[in-house]
Amino acid sequence: MKLSLYLALAALCAGCATAPKHVAPELFAVVPGADGHVGAIVVHTEGDTRVIDSAYGAERISSDGTRETTHVTAAEVRETFGTTLAALPGKPTSFVLYFLEGKDELTPESKVEMEKVFSELKRRPLPDIMVIGHTDSVGSMTSNDRLSLARAERMRVLMIDLGIPAERIQAAGRGKRELLVPTEDSVPEPRNRRVEISVR
Amino acid sequence: MRKWIIAAALSVAFPAMAADVGLIKVSKGSVQIQRGAEKMPAAVGSGVQTSDVILTGADGSAGITFTDNSLVSVGPNSVFAIDKYHFDTTTHQGEFEGNLKQGRLAAISGKMVKQSPESMKVRTPSAIMGVRGTEFVVQVGEKTN
Repeated sequence: MKLSLYLALAALCAGCATAPKHVAPELFAVVPGADGHVGAIVVHTEGDTRVIDSAYGAERISSDGTRETTHVTAAEVRETFGTTLAALPGKPTSFVLYFLEGKDELTPESKVEMEKVFSELKRRPLPDIMVIGHTDSVGSMTSNDRLSLARAERMRVLMIDLGIPAERIQAAGRGKRELLVPTEDSVPEPRNRRVEISVR
Repeated sequence: MRKWIIAAALSVAFPAMAADVGLIKVSKGSVQIQRGAEKMPAAVGSGVQTSDVILTGADGSAGITFTDNSLVSVGPNSVFAIDKYHFDTTTHQGEFEGNLKQGRLAAISGKMVKQSPESMKVRTPSAIMGVRGTEFVVQVGEKTN
């Protein structure tokens, strides 16, 4: 009876201290962003810290705990992480569309651009959208406040028509308070007649 | 006979209202959120809280946006726990500690890491990874090609 207890204890200890630990292999890799930006990660294990800061730079930890600093290829990342990367929500981003002078109607160029923006918005399953309208410095504060809000509201309605739930879109007008191109008062400037659409 | 009505202050113990720290934006196949003993389907629009565990099946993948704009997705057959998360929208200070117990993860760090590098960490069974920015992937288990 004493012996069996001793054996049981010995078996227990062998498991915790001396047996080589077997864990799942691990892989960490830095992936260049859509804009080409390459970041950095730091992988710490007991007494071993390594910085990975090159495009597709990677750290592998094998089942027996050995570490290797290496590289993976873009193709390997696609193969292993394709489904995972496809599930990444869209990055918060913003778009600018331009309007005709004194109107809440888009310029012909921005009408074309709008199609692209809207298809990008539609790709997001649950977007949080902020539309902010602006004007140039022609006209009074009051009339520009009204015009900027009309521009934002116009875009909001188009998005709702597109099937985006109304409660996910906020619209606001900033009048001539936030000129993209700073000008004196009463200067017609096409680049200031715009809406900014931010989506998260 | 006089009856004394003693008005005692009632201390009603509300369970601490846990705040959402993220939102499920993408959910494909089988995806569940485990919160304590409860498991619920992680539909698009579900809130994610600290201590939640995201579980995906063989056909599952999910994408989450966090309040600091960091983005995290998990692939099939994955177990990802949000061990710690807090973010101050004014100072952009915070702490995000995820735990990939199994499976695959991709992420793009947000404002927190921009403010203080390595405030976002991903634990795995063998290591702790600090994030200095921006986009990275992690795999635990299966073949690593």
